[in-house]
Amino acid sequence: MIFVNQIIQGVLLGGYYALIACGLSFMFSVMRIINLAHGSLAILAAYALFVLADRYDVSPFLGLVVVVPAMALVGAGLQRAVLERSARGGLLVPVLSTFGLSIVIDNLLFEQFGADTRSLAPYIGDLSYDSWSLTDDIAIGKLAALTMATAIVLLGGIQLFLNHTQLGRMIRATAEDADTVGLVGVNARRVNALATAIAMATVAISGAFLAMRATFDPYAGALQLIFAFEAAVIGGAGSLWGTLFGGIVLGVAQSLGASVSPQGFFLAGHGIFLVALFLRLYFGDFGLRLRRFARRAA
Amino acid sequence: MSAHANLVVERWTRESRVALAVAALAAVLLALGPLWLGANSVDRLTTLFIYVILAVMWNALVGYCGLVSIGQQAFFGLGAYFAVRLADSGVSVYPSLFLAAFIVGALSLPLSALMLRLKGGEFAIGMWVVSELCHLLVNLDTLINGETGTSLIALNAYPTDLRRALTYWCAFAAMAGLLAVVFFLLRGPTGSAIQAIRDNEQAAESIGVRVTRAKRTVFVLAAFGAALAGALWVATAVTFQPKTYFSPQWTAYMIFMALVGGLGTFEGAILGAVVFFAIEAWFGAAGVWYLVGLGAAALVFALALPRGIWGWVEDKTALRLLPVGYRVHFLAERNAAPTAPSEKNAT
Repeated sequence: MIFVNQIIQGVLLGGYYALIACGLSFMFSVMRIINLAHGSLAILAAYALFVLADRYDVSPFLGLVVVVPAMALVGAGLQRAVLERSARGGLLVPVLSTFGLSIVIDNLLFEQFGADTRSLAPYIGDLSYDSWSLTDDIAIGKLAALTMATAIVLLGGIQLFLNHTQLGRMIRATAEDADTVGLVGVNARRVNALATAIAMATVAISGAFLAMRATFDPYAGALQLIFAFEAAVIGGAGSLWGTLFGGIVLGVAQSLGASVSPQGFFLAGHGIFLVALFLRLYFGDFGLRLRRFARRAA
Repeated sequence: MSAHANLVVERWTRESRVALAVAALAAVLLALGPLWLGANSVDRLTTLFIYVILAVMWNALVGYCGLVSIGQQAFFGLGAYFAVRLADSGVSVYPSLFLAAFIVGALSLPLSALMLRLKGGEFAIGMWVVSELCHLLVNLDTLINGETGTSLIALNAYPTDLRRALTYWCAFAAMAGLLAVVFFLLRGPTGSAIQAIRDNEQAAESIGVRVTRAKRTVFVLAAFGAALAGALWVATAVTFQPKTYFSPQWTAYMIFMALVGGLGTFEGAILGAVVFFAIEAWFGAAGVWYLVGLGAAALVFALALPRGIWGWVEDKTALRLLPVGYRVHFLAERNAAPTAPSEKNAT
């Protein structure tokens, strides 16, 4: 019975990983760029919400009304100032420049806020600890359920947006061939700036959920990047529903690992990532096969 | 090239022969360092040698092979760990530094089979995950006492002055040896192969470059070098705290040194290490702002000057001090002012 609970908690934790991986996976599928400042930007959003809540008594959910558009603007600026120039330099430069950017963001946050760990939990009332009891052993946290629901809505929404809107089609076409879309009147620069803005909006939301469910400090971004990357790779990089699947696999592995030994949480997480990587590299894209299988079964 | 009588392929130039002579002289003077330098200078130079190793190894991996890794701290940390482990189990402390590097180099071989199948950003962060995993695994060893860490107590057997000199000589020998290995590797067929891979992997493969073997050679060499640097670092710092050694900060330093000095230029990595060493000495006390500056410099150099200071100098002056490439000249031009000769990094 204890394992059933571990698995349920792991699945719910996976909702958070899917949320943080969403923006990373989206940017990879659209622009073929892995943004190494991804985690640091999520922490930046978390601090923005913290400042709003702490100094101006703005509830984190209300704060998102300000922070999400602000992060979207940051995203558009990031695309124009850094990513666009980097992408021209080949595969190497985006990795180097976004890693440099993450160091700058982390240390500026440290300079501003110091080493104290913070959390948004005190500002969301009983949501941070309330839960529904299913049995005596199993309880589902309301915040965890909300995180999962948000992840599903966000991933589903982006998928629908990409498949069924004019703008979504423009983004996909630009991802395929940025030079050719110019011929049919699409401004590839603007489309990429928009795509990065969308990615950063999701980063703001994931930063909010990170800060509500746990504590964070200026250097917490690196670990969030790693989790996001692991979820995206396990699910098959570039696929949005795969990302949800990947997040859940990662969450369940960590949750089960933690029940075995104290270090098991991280060991099992990184371990499952390497196993998934091994399977993908030697036996093809596991997530893709699973999706095909599911489609055939349906 | 013999089909065109007026073309000459040049590998050594007059400047580079002079540079090599100067480098050899400097090497002799540095080798005798502990005999004529003060204790403080010896310590500082030991640190510089380790930085040079890190910069040159990362540059070989990234600048020449096109493999950006954010996880080289895995090998740095493992090198330090195995040095501590071996010394604890009775191996003499200085041989154990080198032995540790060989162990890590051997371990990186199976790892390369998995990781080298990844490309670009996936390889970069994948290596970071590997380093996190290594950190956790090292913490499982009870000798290390978790994050509290341990010390290389075997060093206490040596009097301070002797220990300082021995560590210096080990670091110097490691640096000189690795520089020579990288220099001749890059000048040889493997060097041509890996640069062809960096520039276009498919094209390289199509003309018969054995892509996997060339990449694996550099990957293992870079792992070995980083491990040796880690082992030497624990010999200078004495304490081993896993968190400090497995920190991505080491990779940040390597990126800074290679980018600022000159990615993909042999001299640039050495220059970058010297620049970093000087900046750390002057601004290291500035703490957070120093780190902000390092990150910002990496960002700016990646965007504006991706071949770094030395790459810029090479482009402007055609100066090659320690040439690893080939240069093709028209005979008539050869004695004229060296303005923008056509440079071929041979394939």
